Amino acid sequence: MALASVTFFALALIAIASAVGVLIARSPIYSALSLVLNLLSVAGLYLTMNASFIGVIQILVYAGAIMVLVLFVIMLLNLDALPSPRSIGWGPILGFVLGIGLLAQLLYVMLTSFGISLEAAEPVTTAMAVENGSANTLGQILFTEYALHLQVAAILLLAATVGAVMLAQRRFA
Amino acid sequence: MFADFIPLFVIIAIALGLALTLLAAASWIGPKRPNKIKRTPYESGMDPIGSARERYSVKFYLVAMIFIVFDVEVVFMYPWAVSFHDFIDAGLVATVGVMTVVGLFVGILTLGLVYDIKKGGLEFD
Repeated sequence: MALASVTFFALALIAIASAVGVLIARSPIYSALSLVLNLLSVAGLYLTMNASFIGVIQILVYAGAIMVLVLFVIMLLNLDALPSPRSIGWGPILGFVLGIGLLAQLLYVMLTSFGISLEAAEPVTTAMAVENGSANTLGQILFTEYALHLQVAAILLLAATVGAVMLAQRRFA
Repeated sequence: MFADFIPLFVIIAIALGLALTLLAAASWIGPKRPNKIKRTPYESGMDPIGSARERYSVKFYLVAMIFIVFDVEVVFMYPWAVSFHDFIDAGLVATVGVMTVVGLFVGILTLGLVYDIKKGGLEFD
């Protein structure tokens, strides 16, 4: 499947480039738009892995709704473009290298002492991925076995609504 | 199968290509004779006053927040719609069960909307 590989590498390259763009953009709006591109390319990656439902939801919820919220926050706080960066000293670079070293060490300890293997227990076939990634499979299990979890999610969303109303309605004398 | 999604990627590529081609063609073929009036934000319109970066009311944020909540609700309802025929095939008990679960889910979220309307969160003055 050469085409799948080409698509994967193209999307991965866009994802990494746009993620770097989020970090280095001086204007918060450019940063947010780079994040949209990043989320869209990750959605494409989900599609190449046959996770169709999560791919569409990624676009609908993250690139659609969450980004609207992010842009609203930018407008609300009236963020301006950041000033040009000052030159980075040796301290942060040394800290970065030490942090990477510590992370590698932690991962090594975790992988060796807890017996976590990087290899999957059983290889995932395309048919399995297609079956498990479909909205039908999710619906079958979400409204029966995980019905209680769904109601908990509903309560969480209710709390978000009530919290937003509470915060926005507060009068400052 | 990944092959099923190839048309999707093709249409995205066509849309992207068309947009880029049109922009490139406009800047390449189009005449460029700028003058002072043409460079104003609203040509033959009002002169803009002040900065465009104004702070917005928190009311808009509230609307965005409620939009997200109901967006997520629709996301949960999509698998319900897709698998509903299988629940009907599984019999009356399964159908009533799934309707109860979804009804409760929507009911809990509607409480939030009712609270918002009662509090006047959607009123703009």
